[in-house]
Amino acid sequence: MIARSVDASPRPYANPYVAGVALGLVLLAAFVVMGRGLGASGAFASSAAGVVAAAAPEAARANSYFAKYLGGDGPWLDWLLIEIVGVGMGGFLSALVARRLRLEIERGPRLASGARLTAAFGGGAVMGLGAVLARGCTSGQALTGGALLSVGSWLFVAGAFAAAYLVAPLLRRLWT
Amino acid sequence: MTAPYFELGYFGARGALVAALVIGIAFGWCLESAGMGSARKLAGQFYLTDLTVFKVMFTAIVTAMLGAFWLGRLGVLDLTRVYVPETYLVPQLVGGLIFGVGFALGGLCPGTSCVAAATGRLDGVALVAGMWSGVLATGLFFPALERFYERTPRGALTLPQLAHVPYGVAVLLVVLAALGGFLVAERIEAKVRTSVTPAAPDEMRRTVAPVVEGVGA
Repeated sequence: MIARSVDASPRPYANPYVAGVALGLVLLAAFVVMGRGLGASGAFASSAAGVVAAAAPEAARANSYFAKYLGGDGPWLDWLLIEIVGVGMGGFLSALVARRLRLEIERGPRLASGARLTAAFGGGAVMGLGAVLARGCTSGQALTGGALLSVGSWLFVAGAFAAAYLVAPLLRRLWT
Repeated sequence: MTAPYFELGYFGARGALVAALVIGIAFGWCLESAGMGSARKLAGQFYLTDLTVFKVMFTAIVTAMLGAFWLGRLGVLDLTRVYVPETYLVPQLVGGLIFGVGFALGGLCPGTSCVAAATGRLDGVALVAGMWSGVLATGLFFPALERFYERTPRGALTLPQLAHVPYGVAVLLVVLAALGGFLVAERIEAKVRTSVTPAAPDEMRRTVAPVVEGVGA
């Protein structure tokens, strides 16, 4: 074996417009193959329904939110749950090939690791509430509904970005 | 019409799950390669230092929108069989506002947090756990929220229907809005680059604290 270049530095990210076109083609493929779009928060909902159903089957069936995910093949074979497993695999493979895998806590220069993890957990919990009320998140509403010109999806996008820009100045010390 | 294949019965439930996995892998690959698994990069969107989120999302929306429109026009894709997310005006606006606060606080959205977690970022893992807990808690309190959740239903309402313009006109307006947005985004980024950034390329400037170096590739 001839020693190839031992440059193991992470490769730079793709051009955002090229990546955007590729992502758009994946979304289009979902329309063409499945007749539905992409999603993420639905995977959280169906797995939560699965856990509730395992712990308290009666309560899960009595809850009209969780009950939606308990029909058909059950919550663990939900289409979006399998899709999100794929998202993790695809992200891992892309990072592996581009040498971007790395165990770390991404945070601002002035923020302690614990504070970053708390903010991430808290932000996730708040998004959980928002995504349930909005019937989706940046994947199911913004991308999918956005491309299909759904009024509610564009309303969701407008609300999400307006709120994010309003609170971001108050959260400046998280990132600067 | 030959598509959508699943809706027209070309394959069944098992095939749909294979499609879910393959489409998911492609989705995750695109997000990671654009840098969307990085909270620092995503947060740059809200401080106008890195507009990758806007560019990737709007390009993807425009691409899929044009594809769906033209495949429908050419008779390949039956758009009446593609599920359009139904509109509930008030809960979706309020949900969006709440979601935006969480997005700014957490720095990742639900899909990108899965990519962050899968590529070794522990803040991504924390966000996935938080999101899951938030959905679980909201689900448990759902009976109290249900009336609000069902308010102001408008069915599968689309922008061209709302504005009483043809589908193609709405598509063209979104394309023009995107092109205008991209011009503004490039200007903002150029301004940021000339005013603050030193020579190192954005992606390589890691002010993050690696917990363990050199895991993985």
